[in-house]
Amino acid sequence: MSAIAISSPGRNRNARATTESAWIRRSLISIALAFLTLFLFVPLISVFYEALKKGLDVYVAAATEPEAVSAIKLTLTAAAIAVPLNVIFGLAAAWAIAKFEFRGKSVLTTLIDLPFSVSPVVAGLIYVLMFGLQGWLGPWLAENDIKIIFAVPGIVLATIFVTVPFIARELIPLMQAQGTEEEEAAVILGASGWQTFFRVTLPNVKWGVLYGTILCNARAMGEFGAVSVVSGHIRGSTNTLPLHVEILYNEYNFAAAFAVASLLALLALVTLGLKMLVETRAKQQEENVGEH
Amino acid sequence: MSIEVRNLSKRFGSFSALRDVSLEVRPGELLALLGPSGSGKTTLLRVIAGLETADTGQVLFHGEDATNQHVRERQVGFVFQHYALFRNMSILENVAFGLRVRPKKFRPSDEEIRRRVHELLKLVQLDWLADRYPHQLSGGQRQRIALARALAVEPNVLLLDEPFGALDARVRKELRAWLRRLHDDMHITSVFVTHDQEEALEVADRVVVMNEGRIEQIGTPDEVYERPASPFVYEFLGKVNLFHGRLHRGRAWVGGIEIDAPEHPEAEELPAVAYVRPHDIEIERIPAVSGLNGDGDSGTSLVAQVSHVLAIGPVVRLELIRNGDKDKEHQELIEVEISKERFRELNLARGDEVLIKPSRFDLFPRQIH
Repeated sequence: MSAIAISSPGRNRNARATTESAWIRRSLISIALAFLTLFLFVPLISVFYEALKKGLDVYVAAATEPEAVSAIKLTLTAAAIAVPLNVIFGLAAAWAIAKFEFRGKSVLTTLIDLPFSVSPVVAGLIYVLMFGLQGWLGPWLAENDIKIIFAVPGIVLATIFVTVPFIARELIPLMQAQGTEEEEAAVILGASGWQTFFRVTLPNVKWGVLYGTILCNARAMGEFGAVSVVSGHIRGSTNTLPLHVEILYNEYNFAAAFAVASLLALLALVTLGLKMLVETRAKQQEENVGEH
Repeated sequence: MSIEVRNLSKRFGSFSALRDVSLEVRPGELLALLGPSGSGKTTLLRVIAGLETADTGQVLFHGEDATNQHVRERQVGFVFQHYALFRNMSILENVAFGLRVRPKKFRPSDEEIRRRVHELLKLVQLDWLADRYPHQLSGGQRQRIALARALAVEPNVLLLDEPFGALDARVRKELRAWLRRLHDDMHITSVFVTHDQEEALEVADRVVVMNEGRIEQIGTPDEVYERPASPFVYEFLGKVNLFHGRLHRGRAWVGGIEIDAPEHPEAEELPAVAYVRPHDIEIERIPAVSGLNGDGDSGTSLVAQVSHVLAIGPVVRLELIRNGDKDKEHQELIEVEISKERFRELNLARGDEVLIKPSRFDLFPRQIH
């Protein structure tokens, strides 16, 4: 703490030397605020306004009708499978990339980013081409009565694909910054690989893992494009929340559409809240850890 | 326990970190690996620890081949330059780590672990910090905790990689003396890496001077300082004056002085360099009656002019310029150290002309690169 107190006067002096005059600062802030209000707050409020316009009864009915419940369940299932898998994959990939030197490392790093650079629709199409009836594995799957496309497995696969980068991307720079000395120290002291991982590596990146998980979860639940391609939109069976909103909207059932949409929006708000909480906690920890 | 390495070589890409290094560390000895950065000293230490594998060569502990033994099984204590304490664990848990990760059969009870940790913390005089976290400690404290952590597993040998390198000068001096005392009490075979010659000479029983992946000299601090085996060791350890000249059949002419060089009887007109420590040069006033003119050298001593006097402390440092070396571009300064007493006796001042005479020097044929 004392280090911060000592360094703050210097920091202020620097700040003063590099800040713009008051009116520039004020106009920049107001431009940013106006933009945020127009493009974020107003739409967000309008979602809840539209959802509740016809009364709470309609809202509750829209959110609890069987098809909506089934969509909620499917969304939660997909996230419940995709997120843990990506936590494991993300940790493994980040560990390998940050702590070891091996051939093809840069290829792996690029591959992890692929889902970010490819349009989700393309991602969905890849799976249709792989597992669809006309696809490579289609005939074999049909013979053995395994359904992937237009069924839950396809939705889970698409969800996993689009959320792959979140945790790995979060952890790689963190682990690289921390280096390998602590792990080396652990191994010299006799720790096995697993002991080193669970006692040293994982605790050191736990906030990063949590942060990545939250982002990954938000994306998993909100994914539309890739899931839309592989889902087939079978009501009550392969409809996720975002797809359900679209169907309701296309049917001019605005109240219900906004009601379900507001659930997604709520989810987003909770995620943001969690993210902020994790960030502050992680920051506190970092300040405690000081120059590490 | 003794450590022996035989013919170790290690390359990183096109860079040779170790070239055919052989070395024996005697049981209970405190050995320093000394050299500039890139000399291979840290690589050698990490190969001994098992953190790196050598391309060729062997590592033996107590006469037994450990080359293919995993780090985990070598039972070495290792202290890192930047401490590498576990940041998410309290000091107590840091020191206890090595005991806690043991398989159940060999793991002491929780009580026993606590007892031993507190014993070690007392040994490093930081018992009162047990519940703190690494970030709450100063650098010197962290390094002592790192040492306690390494000792907790009762290692056969202790390896320290620039243990004081990240500390400020005062703390470094304190810890140095403290490590020496600790080693005298425990007598664990220890190897430490340093680029600080003062540190190596002050703390170690023997010093290994390394350069470009090779061992230049192994010896006691006194030996390597007083009788450097190569020009590199001379230049790396302490201040030294260079006099260029030539060698011919057991005689050498350097800087205008003719000297005996019986160790090079077969040399034929070889370029050579004489290395002279600043305190191995004697200074005298030019006698009033002498056959010398201002520029002449007598054959056993040189005439030089005092260009700078630094008279702080018991030793007076003088910088001199040789007469006849007035060409400002190329003139080499000669550094001389004399006692304050002698300085007063001579009553020297800037600009005075004096006779200087190397009383001890080492002659090396010049390396042709």
